[in-house]
Amino acid sequence: MISITFDILLAFALLWSAVRAMTVSDLFRAVVLFIVFGLLMALAWARLDAPDIALAEAAIGAGLAGALLLDTVGHLRARGRRRS
Amino acid sequence: MTLLVRLLVLGSTAMLGLALAAAMLQLAPPEVRLTEHVGTQLNVSGVTHPVTAVLLNFRGYDTLLEIAVLLLALLGVLTTTAGEPSSGLWMHAAPQPILQSMARILAPIMVLDAGYLLWAGSDRPGGAFQAGAVLAAAGVLLYLAGLMPAWTSPGRLLRIGLVAGFLLFLSVATLRPQGGLLQYPPRWAGALILAIESGLTLSLALILAGLFLWQPNESEEPEE
Repeated sequence: MISITFDILLAFALLWSAVRAMTVSDLFRAVVLFIVFGLLMALAWARLDAPDIALAEAAIGAGLAGALLLDTVGHLRARGRRRS
Repeated sequence: MTLLVRLLVLGSTAMLGLALAAAMLQLAPPEVRLTEHVGTQLNVSGVTHPVTAVLLNFRGYDTLLEIAVLLLALLGVLTTTAGEPSSGLWMHAAPQPILQSMARILAPIMVLDAGYLLWAGSDRPGGAFQAGAVLAAAGVLLYLAGLMPAWTSPGRLLRIGLVAGFLLFLSVATLRPQGGLLQYPPRWAGALILAIESGLTLSLALILAGLFLWQPNESEEPEE
């Protein structure tokens, strides 16, 4: 019973963070929501009994991709500030 | 007008998603039980964890192509030059002592963690990709804390490190002691897999960190 509620909540949180990551207007917030989505995805892999994929998703999807996107947002802001 | 188009797109993708979910739920359970097949062959694969055995022994060709694709991606990134003069190699931020001392403590722990993940890949979840990702994250953390500069022109050691994993895997794959490609002799399989995984860890760490740390400076001459 508890595991089913946890799974349903996790699925709902995954969908919600994905939709919000695409519809929010601030880029920084979108990247943060993407990192949150990556971590929830790692949880989902762990619930599906795939610990190797969960480790890789947490490290690469949430960690490295998130850091890369944050760096890109910073560069875009710097370039926008330099132009104006 | 755009609102109508947006609603239409949202509605059609939602319908597609529901149709896919319904189709997936209707599929019969697969007839081929792969876990049993892998389990029967596990003792000749050289490792005791089925995922590692599949990744590096039974489907080692896929992993070989994967590392080749990642290397090509980094080579594509390395060929870009700066569109504007970059602001410098070091992170420009106010000195943050807490962040820096935390990064100094965390980085050796992350290196140790990567070594453990590499070693543990033989009989529990772990392996080369996870270890390489943790090492790359350690490098990115050191750069963001201002303790390590970014890369402008790849030196010789860096270039050797980048291709070493792929070349090591390729040379082991083409050894051909028993005729076929990627046939490990069963007595040496464990040691060969560990050697391949070590090379893959190093190369992956450099590739994934390079995707982040490569900041070419327009005024610099490319190193020969």
